[in-house]
Amino acid sequence: MTDEIDASGALEAAGLGKKYRRGWALTDAAFRLPAGRICALVGPNGSGKSTLLSLAAGLLAPTTGTLRVFGRSAADPGIRERIAFVAQDKPLYPRFSVADTLRLGRELNPSWDQRAAERVVAEADVPLSARVGSLSGGQRTCVALALALGKRADLLLLDEPMADQDPLRRHRMMGVLMAEAAERGTGVVISTHVVAELDGVCDYLLLMGGGRIRLAGEADALQSAHRLVTGPSATGGGTPDALARHTVVETRTTGRQLTALIRPDGTPDGDGWIVTEPSLEDVLLGYLRAPDAPPLFTAEARTTFTEVEA
Amino acid sequence: MVEYRIDRRSGIATYLQIVQQTKQALRLGLLEPGDRLPTAKEVVAATAINPNTVLKAYRELEREGLVEPRPGLGTFVRRSLARPGAAADSPLRAELADWTDRARAAGLDREDLTALVASVLEERFGETAAPGERGHEENG
Repeated sequence: MTDEIDASGALEAAGLGKKYRRGWALTDAAFRLPAGRICALVGPNGSGKSTLLSLAAGLLAPTTGTLRVFGRSAADPGIRERIAFVAQDKPLYPRFSVADTLRLGRELNPSWDQRAAERVVAEADVPLSARVGSLSGGQRTCVALALALGKRADLLLLDEPMADQDPLRRHRMMGVLMAEAAERGTGVVISTHVVAELDGVCDYLLLMGGGRIRLAGEADALQSAHRLVTGPSATGGGTPDALARHTVVETRTTGRQLTALIRPDGTPDGDGWIVTEPSLEDVLLGYLRAPDAPPLFTAEARTTFTEVEA
Repeated sequence: MVEYRIDRRSGIATYLQIVQQTKQALRLGLLEPGDRLPTAKEVVAATAINPNTVLKAYRELEREGLVEPRPGLGTFVRRSLARPGAAADSPLRAELADWTDRARAAGLDREDLTALVASVLEERFGETAAPGERGHEENG
């Protein structure tokens, strides 16, 4: 393969798997994330989100399959300067001051942008003279984000960056990230298990469960591929005939009423059925409640290569 | 310059909120031809929404001929939606205020008035809900 195949996307995986001593954390992942997207990586705890991010950051080697970052192997040292990773445990030197930490970033990164990094710290109200060890968890996250943004990477991989932030700082940090994306077209992957947190922010989505990718693609396409239908439940239980030709993700029955999240094949109809378009949160919750629902990938999210070179 | 306020719980698509608030500012004369809209970066830094949403809203406003992008400079207002008859000091507005006072004196409350106005508008104009102003239905 030739160099710089950005057309292949920011991330692209085929047959990707990772096995730890306790078992498989990720199995047979095949997906594509185009460059410049704001991607939510959603899933319950232990679903493989952190493993996937660590593989993309080149910190873990895959057990099976391939993960390409901007068209090159994630293990390629040349790709490291194009990605920035903020891990959940934010490894920083506790005895360094914030200013020293940014200085370290400057010394280690040829493309360092001091102003961008200082802007994040200022926006988060973290004093430059404070020692990292004396900061709160949320403030430390902001310093880690400052390092990531100062690096001027093309893809930011953020593992639950907002988990320990108060609402105001969360809003500000998200604003900083979106401004970076607007200015430089930087792609962002944000893992979270709080779905509502990314409402209006993400335009791309990866839903994981049990070490597998369950949904992948543009957020609005995934949303509009689904319908919420409400109608009479079938006598004796089971799926009513009116829904038989559609892909049923999840059904819930309350008395004689049945609510179903479906992927319609044609227009859903039937006597007394009410059809609405679900919110993105409705879709995600439906899949989270139904771990065995069939996966869905949009055309954008399908891998363009199949060979496995692990 | 306008400042957008995004309500994530409104059920109205985010880009439509930007379109509607821009039009509102154009109607009220807060934005005039030649004014620059905030850049996508400025909007997302303040609202923490996806930059593509802002660009989509601006494209929609451009499609309607209300704004135009000038490469390297920003997005500028092309025409106003303000009409003399809708201004704060217009006789029409004074008449409406007068009518509202009479209706209140007759014992009608805010919801009665809203319903009354909506029904007259429907009778005179036909169509009711403006496109995109329908909220999405909650059921569960």
